[in-house]
Amino acid sequence: MVIAADPLLLGPVGLEIVLIVLLKVVVSFVLLMVSVMLMVWFERKLISDMQNRIGPDVAGPWGILQTLADGIKLFFKEDLIPENADRPVFKLAPYLSLVPAFLVFAIVPVGGDFRTGDGTVGLFGHRTFLQVADPPMGILLFLALSSVAVYGVMLAGWSSGSKYPLLGSVRASAQMISYEAALGLAIATVFLTGGSLSTHEIVSSQSGWNWNVVTTGVVPFLVFLVAGTAELNRPPFDLVEAEQELVGGFHTEYSSIRFALFFLAEFMNVITMSAIAVTLFLGGPDGPILVEQVAWVWPTLWFSLKVLAFLFTFVWLRATLPRIRYDQLMDLGWKVLIPLALGWFLLLATLNVGRDRGWSPLVVVFASVAVLWAGAAMLGGAVRKARAERLALEFESDEVLDAGDGA
Amino acid sequence: MDAAVFTVCAVIVLSGAFGVLLARNPVHAALFLVQSVFGVAVLFLLLEATFLAAVQVIVYAGAIVILFLFVIMLLGVDRVDDLDVEPIAGQRPLAVVIGAGILGTTLTALLVAVGGPTGAPTANAPLGDAGDNAKRLGEVLFTDHVFAVELTALLLTVAVVGAVVLVRRLRGPLQPLPAEAVASKPESPESTGPDGEAGEAGQGGDA
Repeated sequence: MVIAADPLLLGPVGLEIVLIVLLKVVVSFVLLMVSVMLMVWFERKLISDMQNRIGPDVAGPWGILQTLADGIKLFFKEDLIPENADRPVFKLAPYLSLVPAFLVFAIVPVGGDFRTGDGTVGLFGHRTFLQVADPPMGILLFLALSSVAVYGVMLAGWSSGSKYPLLGSVRASAQMISYEAALGLAIATVFLTGGSLSTHEIVSSQSGWNWNVVTTGVVPFLVFLVAGTAELNRPPFDLVEAEQELVGGFHTEYSSIRFALFFLAEFMNVITMSAIAVTLFLGGPDGPILVEQVAWVWPTLWFSLKVLAFLFTFVWLRATLPRIRYDQLMDLGWKVLIPLALGWFLLLATLNVGRDRGWSPLVVVFASVAVLWAGAAMLGGAVRKARAERLALEFESDEVLDAGDGA
Repeated sequence: MDAAVFTVCAVIVLSGAFGVLLARNPVHAALFLVQSVFGVAVLFLLLEATFLAAVQVIVYAGAIVILFLFVIMLLGVDRVDDLDVEPIAGQRPLAVVIGAGILGTTLTALLVAVGGPTGAPTANAPLGDAGDNAKRLGEVLFTDHVFAVELTALLLTVAVVGAVVLVRRLRGPLQPLPAEAVASKPESPESTGPDGEAGEAGQGGDA
């Protein structure tokens, strides 16, 4: 509770509180590292199942230690820095990728009973949240850190002094910035219904099956899922490291442990994005407490199961969908997801105001839908007109071509 | 603790600012700017303005400096600049005058106009719960200053539309680039098929 009101711990805090915070930091660090290790194995195993292969099966039982073996191998490889590289930036970039991935997890409540209690658990005689920090700006920290993560990708590509990484990083940063807008708008609907930025408040407002995925309507959740996949540069949005076009994307020139850091950050981002999605839309650790004797187990168990469902979905998407084209990516982001999320946000805001003023919800919905439909029609008309003009021009230029060829 | 955080942040902000001025590589300068922005964000946190701290990072580090970097990278000016060339005549003396003016105004405002201590964490205490400052800010912006907010929104929309219109006008309505290339190379009239196909592929990529 102290942490919530005092983000920098400037007030009088005892040693035991500092120790509890340290313990939570260490536990979440270890938890993340171990789950990344398992996630890499899980993804490889699952995708090989979906593709009728066996997958890693040598290191450890069912190949579960494969990631560890890979990590050790990468650690002992030679660390190359290209001749043309901008050395300080080249060395800085992997950390700019990794550190935000770690920090985002700090605001995720991973357990605690929100149904009967206030989401705190007892720890050495203190009541504490099962999250490293609950700053008042809460989920904005996630947005801030994901905008920092763009730097890692962008600078890695630029500082390599090589053309494919540069192309990959320009693609990546354009993609991440575009989809951040849709992501932010989807999150804004959660603020609107929850009335708070703090992740703890968001979760406790959803306790007892009152999950945001229903209360905000399903649309923001779907927008979040699509935009989140794009933000992670996961398939089908993995143009960033399209092997056929860009060798390996922004990390082509990286080797050894620096490459491992990017790899780690990528998988850690998948886990934190799933955790954030669960926190925002699926009630976080909310779920029934089945056996009273071990009541503290259930919230964490439900949280883990929900996160696992998301992780499975991400792998499933990778195994199922082909990579989309760059113009399709930009069209989807700017012309579909952002207008959709914005329109839905306005609709929810109008409904909220209508509820306060006692307007009939039916009338509000009809009027809003009419206004939004008019807006969508105007947008669609503009897009169609632009496309028609472009087609006409293309036709004209074909004629020019023909004339040129004839002469 | 207060003073320690402030000192560390001040060092970070100021060294970032000097880095922006002294770095010879534009990308490094932009990175120093990010460092400075982060220092300011932590200073906001110290003043319990948590919302402003987050917005500082999201808007300045996440959008504006990224935009700078894009421009630097795409225009290919990411090599060390020749500082002897002055792109606009009289630019540097003017910059000195304006900079001195801004410094003077700030110092005057700080030394003369402000009575109490600046930057006290309790400055927002009378408003109530400091953790709620997103709500407070929203209330103030959309009640007392709603006219200014709406005007700013209008201004930004006009700026965006204007930018799009200007870009379209300058380049003409999507000039067919491959056609020009073909027209400027009339010495190969027999290679009709491949050129035509290349032209279509280029257009498809643009669309």
